[in-house]
Amino acid sequence: MKDLYNVSASPHVRSGVTTRSIMRDVAIALIPASVFGVYQFGFKAFLVLLTSVASACVCEFLWKRFVVKKSAPYECSALVTGLLLGMNLPASVPLWIPVVGSAFAILVVKEMFGGLGQNFMNPALGARCFLLICFAGRMTAFGVEQASSHFMNGAAAVDGISSATPLAVIKTLEAGQNIKDSVSLFDMFFGFTGGVIGETSTLAILIGAAYLLVKKIISLRIPVAYIATFSVFVVIFGGYGLSSDGFYYLLCELCGGGLMLGAWFMATDYVTSPITKGGQIVFGIILGLLTGIIRICGNSAEGVSYAIIFSNLLVPFIEKFTMPRAFGIVKKKKGGAAK
Amino acid sequence: MNKCTERLYNGLVKENPTLVLMLGMCPTLAVTTSAFNGLGMGLSTTAVLVMSNLMISALRKIIPDKVRMPAFIVIVASFVTIVELLVKGFLPSLNESLGIYIPLIVVNCIILGRAEAYASKNPVLPSIFDGIGMGLGFTCSLTVIGLIRELIGAGTIFGAHVLPDGYEPFSIFVMAPGAFFVLAILTAVQNKLKLKSATNGDAPQATSTLACGGNCAECVGETCTKNRMMIEQKLDEAAAKKGDVKAVNKNAFPETAGDKTGSEGGNR
Repeated sequence: MKDLYNVSASPHVRSGVTTRSIMRDVAIALIPASVFGVYQFGFKAFLVLLTSVASACVCEFLWKRFVVKKSAPYECSALVTGLLLGMNLPASVPLWIPVVGSAFAILVVKEMFGGLGQNFMNPALGARCFLLICFAGRMTAFGVEQASSHFMNGAAAVDGISSATPLAVIKTLEAGQNIKDSVSLFDMFFGFTGGVIGETSTLAILIGAAYLLVKKIISLRIPVAYIATFSVFVVIFGGYGLSSDGFYYLLCELCGGGLMLGAWFMATDYVTSPITKGGQIVFGIILGLLTGIIRICGNSAEGVSYAIIFSNLLVPFIEKFTMPRAFGIVKKKKGGAAK
Repeated sequence: MNKCTERLYNGLVKENPTLVLMLGMCPTLAVTTSAFNGLGMGLSTTAVLVMSNLMISALRKIIPDKVRMPAFIVIVASFVTIVELLVKGFLPSLNESLGIYIPLIVVNCIILGRAEAYASKNPVLPSIFDGIGMGLGFTCSLTVIGLIRELIGAGTIFGAHVLPDGYEPFSIFVMAPGAFFVLAILTAVQNKLKLKSATNGDAPQATSTLACGGNCAECVGETCTKNRMMIEQKLDEAAAKKGDVKAVNKNAFPETAGDKTGSEGGNR
C-alpha cells in the first residue's frame, strides 16, 4: 500500500526496458550465429570471439575507471560491441587483432565521442574497417578449418583449407561458367562457406533476428527497406535480369557476405540509426543503394560494412529532414516562409 | 621576457599554429606521412614565413591598406618560388615527396595570417622573431605528427627501422585517416596540458565549478570579467580556508591567465 503514495516526477508509466536488458537480448540473439561460427571454423573462432569480447569489456572498464571516474551502471554494451566485432573477423586472424580492434572500437569510436549514445558510427564496424585497411591480407584470409561438406553434392566434395567467399566467386565468374554450378545456395543459406565468423549462416542470423523482432528490440523498417532496395538494385544492375539464373544470383547475393548480419544487427543499432520512422526507411534505402553500388559496380565483392558506416554519417541529416510534425502544429505550406 | 623571446615562446607553445590556432591544416594532414617530410615542409614554410614577415614588416608603411592582400601574396609568392627552386635543386627527393604542397605554401593561412595579424602592424625585428617562432612551432608539430605516423604506420623513424621485425605496421596511419587521428590526439594532449579548464584535473579546485572553468578562449567582455571576479573570490575563500603556502601558489594562476588574455586580445 505504501507504494501507492510514492510521489515522483513524470513519466509515471515505465516499461521496464533498460539499456542493459536490450543489450542482453541482442547478445542472446547473436548466440546462434556465433555458435554456428564456432562449429564451422573450429576452436580458433571461439578464441577470437572470446578475446574480442574480453578486451572490449576490459577497455570499457579501464576508460570508465580512469577517465570518466564516475560510477555509471554497467550497460553490457561493450559485450555486444566485442561480440559483433569478433563475428566480423575471419577465424584465421592472430589473437592480437581482436584486441587492437576492440580497443579501437571502444576507446576511439565510442568513448572518445562521449560513450554509449554519443558515438556517430557503429563501433564494431568502425573497428572492422580500421582493421581491414590496416591488415588487408589478414582480414581477408577466409578459411574453413573444419572440413565441412557440400551437402548438396553428397559428402564427397570437401572444402579446402582456405576458400574464397561465395561472393568473390560470383564476382569473378567467367563468361562460360554457370552460376548454379559455381556456388551452392544451400551451403550459403546454412553457412558451410568461407567468410568471417558470424556471417556465414543466414539461417542462424535469421533465428537471432526473429528473437529480436519478437522481443520488439528491432523493427522491420530498416532491414526490410535495406534488403528490398538491395534486391531491386541487384535485379536491375546485376546483369542477370529476371531469369531463373537471375533469381539464383539474387538469392546468393542476399545470403552471401555480411548483408544479413549487417541488415539485422548492425544497421539497426539504436545509436547510429535514425529515430524517426520515415527516416529509418530512408536509411534502409540508402544502405541498399550503397551496398549494391559497392558490390556490383565496385572492385571488392563485399560492401556492407562500408555502406553502413557511411550511412551512419548521414543519420543526422536524415533525421533533420524526416522530423514528424508535432501535435497541434500546422504544417508550413511551400513558400509560406516567404510571407 | 623581452619582446623577441616572447614571440618565440608565443609561436612555439602559446599559439602553436597547428595545435592551437589550427592553421595550415592542408599541408599538416597531407604531407606528414613521415618525419622527414614533416620536417622538410616545416622548414620550407619557416623560411618563407621569416622572409615574408621581414619584407612585409619593412614595407608596412608603403603598402596601401586597400591593396594589402594582393601585395602580401606577391611578396609571399616570390619567396615561395625561391624556396621551391632551392628544394628542387638541392633536395630532389624531398621535392618529389612534397610535390604540389611546396608551391601551395603561397596560400598557407599561417603565412597570410601572420602577415595580416602581426607583420603588417609591427616593427621588423619582432616580426622576424614572430616568423621564426611560428615557423618553428609549425615545424615541431609537423615533425612530431610525422614521427608518430611513421613509427606506427611503417615502424621506422626518419627511415631507420626501430621496431622489431615481428611488428606489423598499422598502415592506416600513413594514410589520410591516420593524420586525423594523430592530429586530434596531439591537440587533445596539448589542451589537457595547457588549458586550465573545468574538465582538467590540474586546475585549481576553486575554479572548477565555473561554467567557463577559467578557459579564456571561451568567454568575452562582461562574462569574462564576471567569471574572473568569481574565480578571484573563490580563490580568496580557498586561501583563507587553507592559509598554507600551496593556496598562495595557486593564487598566482588568475594573474597569469589575465596576462594571457591580454596579450592574445592584443594580437587579434
